[in-house]
Amino acid sequence: MLKISCPFCGPRNEVEFVYGGPLKDRRPDDVSQIEDSTWINYLTVPKNPLGPVQERWWHVRGCGCWFTITRDTRSHDIIESEVES
Amino acid sequence: MSKDLFRQPQGGLIDRSQTISFQFNGTTYQGYSGDSLASALIANGVFLTARSFKYHRPRGIVGSGYEEPSSLVELIGDEESGNQPITRVQIRPGLNARSVNCWPSPNFDLMAVNQYVSKLIPAAFYYKTFKWPNWHFFEPSIRRAAGLASAPKNIHHQGHYETRYAHYDILIVGAGPAGLIAALQAARSGARVMLADDGLESGGSLLSQHVKIDGKEAIDWVRETTASLDAMDNVTRLTEATVWAYREHNLLVITERSPATQNVFQRSWRVRAKQVLIATGAIERNLVFANNDRPGVMMASAIQSYVNRYAAKPGKRAVLFANNSSIYAVARDLRASGVELVAIIDSRSNVNDLPEDLQDIQVFRNYVVEQCHGTKRLRAITIKNTETAEKTKIDCDLLGISGGWNPTVHLFSQSRGKVKYDANLATFIPGESVQACQCIGSASAIFTLQKVMQDAVQKTLQALDLDQSNAILLPQLEPEAEYSIQALWHVDLNESLCSKSFIDIQNDVTLSDVHLAMREGFDAVEHVKRYTTAGMGIDQGKTGNLNVIGAIALKKGCAPDEIGTTTFRSPFVPIEFGALTGTREGSVYLPYRHTSITQWNKDHGAEMYEAGARWRRPGYYPRSGESFQETVNRESRVVREGLAVYDGAPLGKFEIKGPDALKLIDMLYTNNFDSLKIGMGRYGLMLNEDGIIFDDGVTFKLAENHYIMSTSTGNADAVNQHMEFFLQTHRPDWQVKITTITTQWANATLCGPKAREMMQALGTDIDLSNEAFPFMAMREGKVGDFKARVCRVSFTGELSFEINVRSRDSLALWETIMEVGMPFNISPVGSESNHVLRVEKGFLSLGHEADGTTTPFDLGLNWIMSKTKTDYIGKKANEIRLAENPSRWQLVGLLPDDPNELIDESAPITPGGRREASEGFVTACVWSVVHNRVIALALLENGQSRMDETIYIRRKDHVVTAKVTAPCFYDAKGQLLRS
Repeated sequence: MLKISCPFCGPRNEVEFVYGGPLKDRRPDDVSQIEDSTWINYLTVPKNPLGPVQERWWHVRGCGCWFTITRDTRSHDIIESEVES
Repeated sequence: MSKDLFRQPQGGLIDRSQTISFQFNGTTYQGYSGDSLASALIANGVFLTARSFKYHRPRGIVGSGYEEPSSLVELIGDEESGNQPITRVQIRPGLNARSVNCWPSPNFDLMAVNQYVSKLIPAAFYYKTFKWPNWHFFEPSIRRAAGLASAPKNIHHQGHYETRYAHYDILIVGAGPAGLIAALQAARSGARVMLADDGLESGGSLLSQHVKIDGKEAIDWVRETTASLDAMDNVTRLTEATVWAYREHNLLVITERSPATQNVFQRSWRVRAKQVLIATGAIERNLVFANNDRPGVMMASAIQSYVNRYAAKPGKRAVLFANNSSIYAVARDLRASGVELVAIIDSRSNVNDLPEDLQDIQVFRNYVVEQCHGTKRLRAITIKNTETAEKTKIDCDLLGISGGWNPTVHLFSQSRGKVKYDANLATFIPGESVQACQCIGSASAIFTLQKVMQDAVQKTLQALDLDQSNAILLPQLEPEAEYSIQALWHVDLNESLCSKSFIDIQNDVTLSDVHLAMREGFDAVEHVKRYTTAGMGIDQGKTGNLNVIGAIALKKGCAPDEIGTTTFRSPFVPIEFGALTGTREGSVYLPYRHTSITQWNKDHGAEMYEAGARWRRPGYYPRSGESFQETVNRESRVVREGLAVYDGAPLGKFEIKGPDALKLIDMLYTNNFDSLKIGMGRYGLMLNEDGIIFDDGVTFKLAENHYIMSTSTGNADAVNQHMEFFLQTHRPDWQVKITTITTQWANATLCGPKAREMMQALGTDIDLSNEAFPFMAMREGKVGDFKARVCRVSFTGELSFEINVRSRDSLALWETIMEVGMPFNISPVGSESNHVLRVEKGFLSLGHEADGTTTPFDLGLNWIMSKTKTDYIGKKANEIRLAENPSRWQLVGLLPDDPNELIDESAPITPGGRREASEGFVTACVWSVVHNRVIALALLENGQSRMDETIYIRRKDHVVTAKVTAPCFYDAKGQLLRS
């Protein structure tokens, strides 16, 4: 069970959070202008590195904020956490 | 009496003032308080206690703790349990234990015949033999013959399980000499300490050895130390508590098997510690030679434990066989107990470290034991000189073996710490830590007491970041010789003796089996493990695994560090599931969510369903004498013809406010909400970015920048996540806030042709005329005595008024409705009839036609896909999908040719009804009260262009035909809704 630091609430147990996948670029303001292949890529090819990955978690059983952490997939070490500004 | 022959007249840590009677395999024996089942049986001269897993060879007791590989028992009667190692059961009054895997008894076991066909059943035989005519012919018998105890059927134990979370500055695993001194150091430095030990009492190896600490018996030092620790507020000391898992971020899991708290049967702890000290000691490994599994062959350290701690005598004529110097302490203690020690067999070459006081014992240097003689009991051994090959036979009934010591690195390895091979110590020792933990004492490959205690104190200071000035004083200890070993992975034997040399006693794996695996190409250590099943038993190969690694290394001609270890996995010992769940069982495990009228529903005979997300909603309200179908028909009819009421309280509701509220709603839904007027609602369809239908609901506009969105019951939480995720991560610049109000509002929906009359009868200040209060409008006002928001929404297709009130008013509203509705013959209806009615209308139902693979175009919802909005969530994905134009499964209605046969949901539709890949399936099938026949909805390949075709549905035993129609069977124009 991971110990995740919520930027507002401090370190809490994993059970208070919901995983939200690796970081994706901001959803474009008007997707109709995007190339089909680019959009398919955006939807279906997530970042999947061995090592540090930036990913989102939701503090659903706490303050309700979505924030980003950098976690090493080999060791679960959590390097930093921040909120979307 | 046999008790006297095998029990020393005094000594031991047992309490001779308390005699306990217990049963083993039907015979009653006596033991003392403090005896384990193993020690009590040894003290009663019982040496044949088990039959082996596969070959059913006679077996006895080999170890003294959790490393026991040989004898498993099951407890029967009140304490009924599955497999327990015989060494881990404490005797108590009424104990009734039985050997597993033998019938009728270990002494006479019918399955012993397996030994005579042993050549047919080596490792992995089930991949090669018993194939013709069909493996499944043999499988049931083979499976029945395999396996150990059966699962207990009745749980009689008193009390319940409990789970607990805890945080400590330092968790010390193991209360042997290292753990105890570390705990003392940490506690006196002011840290919050947890000390957890697997044993009945703290002390670890000190409980089984005669050593002097501060001039006293070690046990006195142990008891003084534990008393000091118990007196300190900042120390939690657990006994009979095994730390069995080390997870990420210094989270460890402990099962406390006998908590002092009354009524708590077992307690599981999840401990987050800033620092962890692993003081788990070391485990002795066995030696591999022919018939090394006979009753009477025991681990040398186990003999030491039985002799010192339990004052038992495991035999009369003993020989010791070892490759290391730890055997000498055993020799000393064995002699002092009165057992005749005939000889020591020392396999090491050119080593003479025999202590002064043991000089009179005959020592065979450069000798190994080649084989044991005797079947149900050891009676002699044949030893062999490794240089001259000269052989000698020695009569004995007890053989103590020691292949060396392995630091117990399991938890350290689980923490992802690396282990490395040390050639001097001929074992794997802990290397670099990855998490905030250290191994101390023998777990860190330190084997003299002085150094163990020094190491423990130093590492504790390190862990707490304290300097030397804080170090506590160490007790006085006697000088000890250093541990010395020469690796002996197995005795050099011919092939036929190899097949009788057990390298993993529990799973009956012989040295031949390891060689067989390697011959077949399975020579990586993880493959050898799985091919032979070595190390896969309940003991997880604690006494044998390193010899497997050594045997592979010898065969390959390389060093053990090139072979490596198999992965160490939790749990370290078998643990009970109950302790993991604690009190979270039954209705507490996944609690239901109830509306205020759940009890009212139950009082009125409702069959309660789960409506999604654990919400309890009534399915139907049966009246006496009615069948299920009759109830559903009655309820459906009353909605279509009269007046009904149902509870829609659990549906998700969200308040959306802010200057960008409309922007958000237009992004979430497929249709356009720009033109929505204040006081009106609009049905919205929500997709995920893949264009798949995700949720639906009606959203109302209360004021400029102020909306209320409703969702389905089951998806409310998911929609909440979807919206928050979008706003917080993709549009943090948008000014809009969402508040969950699902449980703030409850409702009662009146539906049926008489709904408006009923509203008038309730009394309201809202103008109910169709002009003032059209379909899809929301009006605020009073209904009866209640402040309410009334919405004209309809899931059933009939005239409906959904009366929304504060949750606390819900029950009173309901009761008022039932009273006022009596002259109208009002009927509460549940989700079953709702389902029938929506099928007649062809309305969307998540989980049926919207199953996570269908798009709005599949369901004919083209009308709701805005053509003017350039972008909304899911739009582009559907455009791409349509452009690719593969054939899709589309929503159609079905009229089965047999108007009376109900078809199961998900029944496949196949071409011609043949057993081929399906071209669709039935998503819903109900008896229609309007048409007095069965109707259905289905997803069918290219269904929209196959109207009036006959299609074939495969049911379990026969094929059914049906005609394809439009997916709406009633009031297609929706005139009744709008009346």
